[in-house]
Amino acid sequence: MSSLISWFKAGRTSGQYTLPFVVILLSMTVLASVANLLLPQESIFYVSTYSITLLGKYLCYAMLALAVDIIWGYCGILSLGHGAFFALGGYAMGMYLMRQIGDRGVYGNPILPDFMVFLDWQELPWFWLGMDQFWFAMIMAVVVPGLLAFVFGWLAFRSRVTGVYLSIMTQALTYALLLSFFRNEMGFGGNNGLTDFKEILGFDLQSDLTRVALFITTALLLALVLLVSQRILSSRLGKVTLAVRDSEARTRFIGYRTERYKVWLFVYSAVIAGIAGALYVPQVGIINPGEFSPINSIEIVIWVAVGGRGTLIGAIIGALLVNYAKTRFTAIMPDGWLFALGALFVLVTLFLPKGLIGLYGQIQSKRQASVTQEASK
Amino acid sequence: MNRILRLCLCFLVLTIPSLSLAVETQSLLQQLTKAKLSQMPNMLEQLEAQGDETLLPIFRAWLGGNLYYKRDDRQLLVKQKINSSTLYVDAFNQQVQADLTSKKVRKIKVNNKLRGLLRGTIARLQLTSKNTELRQAAVRELMADLDAETFNTLEDLYPNEPNASVQEMMQTALSLYVAKDSQHSQSVRLSAIEFLAQSLENDVRNGLIELTQDTNAVVASAAQKALNKINQSVERYAFVDQLFFGLSLGSVLLLASIGLAITFGVMGVINMAHGEMIMLGAYTTYVVQLIMPNYIDYSIWVAIPAAFLVSGLMGVVIERLVICRLHGRPLETLLATFGISLILQQLVRTIFSPLNRQVSTPSWMSGSWEINPVLSLTLNRLYILAFALLVFIALVLILKKSALGLNVRAVSQNRNMAKAMGVKTEWVDAMTFGLGSGIAGIAGVALSQLTNVGPNLGQAYIIDSFMVVVFGGVGNLLGTLVAAFTLGIANKFLEPTTGAVLAAILVLVFIILFIQKRPKGLFPQKGRAAE
Repeated sequence: MSSLISWFKAGRTSGQYTLPFVVILLSMTVLASVANLLLPQESIFYVSTYSITLLGKYLCYAMLALAVDIIWGYCGILSLGHGAFFALGGYAMGMYLMRQIGDRGVYGNPILPDFMVFLDWQELPWFWLGMDQFWFAMIMAVVVPGLLAFVFGWLAFRSRVTGVYLSIMTQALTYALLLSFFRNEMGFGGNNGLTDFKEILGFDLQSDLTRVALFITTALLLALVLLVSQRILSSRLGKVTLAVRDSEARTRFIGYRTERYKVWLFVYSAVIAGIAGALYVPQVGIINPGEFSPINSIEIVIWVAVGGRGTLIGAIIGALLVNYAKTRFTAIMPDGWLFALGALFVLVTLFLPKGLIGLYGQIQSKRQASVTQEASK
Repeated sequence: MNRILRLCLCFLVLTIPSLSLAVETQSLLQQLTKAKLSQMPNMLEQLEAQGDETLLPIFRAWLGGNLYYKRDDRQLLVKQKINSSTLYVDAFNQQVQADLTSKKVRKIKVNNKLRGLLRGTIARLQLTSKNTELRQAAVRELMADLDAETFNTLEDLYPNEPNASVQEMMQTALSLYVAKDSQHSQSVRLSAIEFLAQSLENDVRNGLIELTQDTNAVVASAAQKALNKINQSVERYAFVDQLFFGLSLGSVLLLASIGLAITFGVMGVINMAHGEMIMLGAYTTYVVQLIMPNYIDYSIWVAIPAAFLVSGLMGVVIERLVICRLHGRPLETLLATFGISLILQQLVRTIFSPLNRQVSTPSWMSGSWEINPVLSLTLNRLYILAFALLVFIALVLILKKSALGLNVRAVSQNRNMAKAMGVKTEWVDAMTFGLGSGIAGIAGVALSQLTNVGPNLGQAYIIDSFMVVVFGGVGNLLGTLVAAFTLGIANKFLEPTTGAVLAAILVLVFIILFIQKRPKGLFPQKGRAAE
């Protein structure tokens, strides 16, 4: 156990808060779950199932923000298309859930999902084969985003597309996927996407227990991904990545094949986004082409920017805060949210270049400075 | 007092254009009210013999079943529908007959045979009309079903026809009849078919298709040959039509992206709010039309400078407030301008409602230019194409010839050196950004003539604009021009085979792959200016 802790503590300087953060995250998760399942509804500490689902959704977003932070904060690649990997993972899970419906759909076809019956399709397209197996669907949820990231990254980084160009290319990528998933001919439900899910692994998706289980799974996976990412980024590979971010040309001249580091980090990040998407779909109950829209992907970037990029915990905090604010805001004044989000974009980039974590660091170093000043008096 | 009023009324009535018909014609028309259906063809012939062009409205009303008469005094009336209310108007002096209900009037009967005769009569009357367009329309109408009688009429009129194109159409009609008529000798029919091969009229094509089944094998094969020739030229014109649509889309892309090319090329700033500058321009057009509802035809001349000012000023404000503080941090600028674009969208949604707004097209821009029966170019697209090129040329001139252009080029090549030489780089940045945004506003004016104006207008064009700029090579105006038209044409030529969505996807994928090969676009910057 102690060796495990020391293994995780390897990157002490940037990751000193990781372990406490994970402990807080997991204990909050357990508390919320217990409060939902064991307390009576009248109790003031009761957490509604709606809140549990909402929290689970936030945690998925946090994982997605983490994925963007790995690639943006640590490698300087601003991806405006990470929503695409998220959505692809989501579609893999959606396809599995769709097949689980079986003959309980509106048309009662045991093999074909409703929308295919509606479009008068006769048999399941090849890419739907095997999706009735949970393990296969889950492999697809990471392999497909990973493969797309590999092909795209390999093409882009090898020919040294960098900076704003790369951002625009990633945006075009997700836009192209958005357009294609809107087509009915694609076989993913077109405009309506995949929905009306009934159960996962035989458990009813509407029951409290399933929802809590999904929530806890999300929290555990988030913690795991955070710890593993912390470990990876504080290893030698992470150091090279930072060097690439700060000056790619110099790193290349020293002798590193920078594009390889970038491609693998990009794939790793896409896989995390895919996992987040797969966790997101059963909790929200729908996946549609809207997830591919460029604005979604850009929103993820702002979560990271608010929390503070280059700090994994910052990305998580940013995603949780902004999404909580969004939920509250859209409830109070639905029209105002875009104003608020827009202002957030401008203000954070202008005044908080290092995000909230950076602000916290600044305040602390100021306090320390004043303490030392006082001590020297 | 009463007298004066009556006098005035008299004058008023006199000024209304009335049909000054010969007494004979009037009495003939009056007889229609008593005639039986079987007598009517005969009477129609007599009426036509009067050869009076002014009878046309009455004939048309008859044809449409709108010719009535009063039951009591047999006054001829024309039924008119204005704003869903029915009015009866005197057929001779156009005076509105008040409080006539449908019980007090009776319809003058018309059956299919009569309708056919009426059409022929109207066409023949039009053929002798003084109006060239009317004559041309009449010939075209006659071509649909030619008979010996109309053939004779046309043959008589043909030598005296003053207008060359009407004459040619008459000849086409005559040839069509001759080609179909097996009483003519084979050589005459063949030469007629040869003449027909030049025509693109629909009726000619239908006639030739019929002729390919002719009993005379030589005529049938000649018709087939002529048909093939016509189909070839139709295909050629279809190609031209598609090319025009491609150019039209290209001109829209050019307008939308050229402002972006300037700000990106000179300042290295990715302006994600560029689409919203286009949107602002479109809304400015809408507001200008609201302000001057009676002068829609001229509103566009006000809207263009107004849109340039509104978007340009907004651009300067954005530059001064946000972008100048983020100098040298392109990724952050991208995020900040994206935030601004969200704010602007919501602002427009709050002020103008999220619904689409309809901008009306000036009358001189609507309609189309009919080159021949298979090719007609819509005027608004044609004007926008010309306008886009004009804006492009103006911009090139500004950048090459003006003092501002000189400064802009200096800053884009070497910012520090320019600053050292005394160029006020901050001022240049603000002006450049204002210019780029202003041109986006002008693009908005053009777009408002093609699509609905709504809060998402800018979003629809921003990704395409980026593609154009990246494809063409950043900061290169000529590259932007070539890229815009290439992408526009490629899109329109892919569309028929793949569908619109797949065409857009293919173009996107192509650009992603293209960037792999040439990361700096079609025309990369060369020499010292390149980083």
